[in-house]
Amino acid sequence: MAEHILVYVGHRNEQVIRPSLEALSEARRIADANGFSVSAVVVGVEGNDLPSECAYYGADTVYVIRDAALRQYSSDGYAQALKSIVDELNPLIMLFSADSMGKDLSPVLAAKLEAGLATDCTGIWIDDGHVNVKRPMYAGKAYATVRFKATPQLVSLRPKVFDLGERNAKRRAEVIERDLGTQEQDLRAHVIDVVQSGKQQLDVSEADIIVSGGRGLGGQEHFDIIEDLADTLHAAVGASRAAVDAGWIDHQHQVGQTGKIVNPTLYIACGISGAIQHQVGMKNAKFIVAINKDPDAPIFQLADYGIVGDLFEIVPALTKKLKEVVQ
Amino acid sequence: MNIVVCVKQVPNTETKIRIAEDGLSIDSANVDYVISPYDEYALEEAIRVKEQQGGEVTVITVGDEDPKGILQKCLAMGCDQAIHISDERLNGSDSLGIARCLAGALQQISFDIVFFGQQGVGTDCSQVGPMVSELLGLALVNVAKELKLDGTHVTAKREIEGAWEKVVCELPVAVTAQKDLNEPRYPSLRGIMQAKQKEIATKTLDDLGLAADAVGPSAVKLEISKMELPSPRKSGEIIDGASTEEKIEKLIQKLHDEVGVI
Repeated sequence: MAEHILVYVGHRNEQVIRPSLEALSEARRIADANGFSVSAVVVGVEGNDLPSECAYYGADTVYVIRDAALRQYSSDGYAQALKSIVDELNPLIMLFSADSMGKDLSPVLAAKLEAGLATDCTGIWIDDGHVNVKRPMYAGKAYATVRFKATPQLVSLRPKVFDLGERNAKRRAEVIERDLGTQEQDLRAHVIDVVQSGKQQLDVSEADIIVSGGRGLGGQEHFDIIEDLADTLHAAVGASRAAVDAGWIDHQHQVGQTGKIVNPTLYIACGISGAIQHQVGMKNAKFIVAINKDPDAPIFQLADYGIVGDLFEIVPALTKKLKEVVQ
Repeated sequence: MNIVVCVKQVPNTETKIRIAEDGLSIDSANVDYVISPYDEYALEEAIRVKEQQGGEVTVITVGDEDPKGILQKCLAMGCDQAIHISDERLNGSDSLGIARCLAGALQQISFDIVFFGQQGVGTDCSQVGPMVSELLGLALVNVAKELKLDGTHVTAKREIEGAWEKVVCELPVAVTAQKDLNEPRYPSLRGIMQAKQKEIATKTLDDLGLAADAVGPSAVKLEISKMELPSPRKSGEIIDGASTEEKIEKLIQKLHDEVGVI
C-alpha cells in the first residue's frame, strides 16, 4: 500500500490560493521520488474547477468537502473537516502552503491531531519515511534542519520557494465528495466578509517583482513614482517600516521582520537604507537593485546592482526608459 | 473582564546570530533578550481592553531565561500580575509542548480573552496561539489588525494577502496580534514604580498538573538536527556612468540579460 501525501489546497471565493498549487507540485515531486500517492483536499467549493486544477497539478485523488456551513472560511471548522480526512486516509505527510490561510489552519489541525508541524519551510526531503525540512529562524538569520519523529508529519511551505509543476489538463484524479454535516452553530469563529485593502493590488508575498519605497521618499505623495515603476514592471509595491510607520502606505506593503518576508525574482529598493530588520524581509530575492543617494547605505552590500543618486531623478527616468523599451 | 497575555523572550532584532558549539541552537552568550515585537501589540491591546471594560490583565511567559526584566516591563505597562512557567524539564519542548503548558496555566485562571503575538521572532513558528485556542476550545482570531468587543460579542479584522477578513465570534477568544493592531505605550514612571509591588508567581509543571512526558523533549514530534547560518549573498556592483541616463541604460541591460525580467 502506497503511503499518502495529503495536500490542503486553499481558495477564496473559488479562486485557488496559488501557493497551494506550489505545495501540491512539491507533493507530486516527493511522491514520484518515493512511490507515494498524492491526495488533495478542498473545502467549501461548489463547482468542480478547483478539484480539476488539483488533478492537473498532480493529485491522484481529490477529496471535496461540500458542507454548506463551510462555504465561508472558518479555521476551527476547516480544521475539523480536515481531521476527518486525515483520520480516514492516515497520510504519512500533510502539506500546506504557509500563506495566511495555511498559517491559520495548520496549527489548529496539528493541535487537534497532537501532531508535529513545521511551518514556513524552504526545503523538504524524506529519509526512510521521516520528513526533514529546512526552515528559517530568527527572521532568517539562521536556518534549522528539523526532522520529524512521529506521524502524521505536517509541513507548511513558504510561498514562492517551490516551483509550480507542469499543469497537465489531460490528467484525471479520483474525486471523492463528502458532506460532513457541519452545522453553523458548531463553528467557533466565522469569516463574514473579505475586504480588499485599497485598490486591487498584487500582494508583495505573491509578486515576482517588487518595487519598494522607504524613508528617502520623504512623503506619501512621492509613492507615486514607486507605483509608476511598479505598474510598468507589473510589480507589487513594497515599503520599509519607516514608510509604513510614517503613515505613507498601509502595513500590507511592509517588507521586513515585522512585515512580510518576500521571495521575488527582482526587488528594487528605492530610498531604503537597508536596516537589518528590512534586509531579513527581502534578502531572499533572486536579484536586488538598490537606488539610494547615500553610497554607504547598508542596502548596497546586499544589492546585485546599485545606483548611487537621487531617486527622484533616477526612478522616473527608469520608468520612462522601461516604457520605451517595452514598446 | 479577565484578560491574559502570553509573551515570549526573544533575541533583540539587532542581534548578530551565532551558532552554538552543539550546532543545534544559537549561541546565547551576549544576546540581549527582549519581548517579541508582536507581543508588544498583544500587551497593549490587553491593557486597552482592561481600560475600556474593567478587569485585570495577567501576563504569562514560559522559559528558563530570567524573564524578570520583561515581566517588569509588562507590569509597568499595565498588567496586574505575572506568571513565569519555569521548569528545566521543558528544555527542548516543541510548540505543542509550550501550548500545552500555557493551556495548563490558563485552565487554572478564569479568563475571557487571551492575547498572543502572531509569531515569536525567535523560532518564528506562528503556532502557539492557534494551538492554545484549539486545546482550550476557544474561538481564534489570528493575525488581528483590529478588535472590537461588544459584551460577549467579538468583531475583528484579520490580515490576509492584499485584503482583510471580518471575523465574528463569542467570548472566550484567543487573539494573535499583528503589527499596527494599536500603538504600544511606553511604561510611565509611575507604572514602573507600581510594577515593583505587583506579583510575579513562578510555576513548575507540577503546579500546572502537567506530566513532563506530555510537554518536554520526550513528547516532541519533531526536533532540530542542525542549525546553520544562511549562505551569504554574492557581492554586487555599483553601476557607474557619466550620466543618470547612462546608468539607467546599463541597469536595463542587466535586467534584460541577467535577471530576465524584461
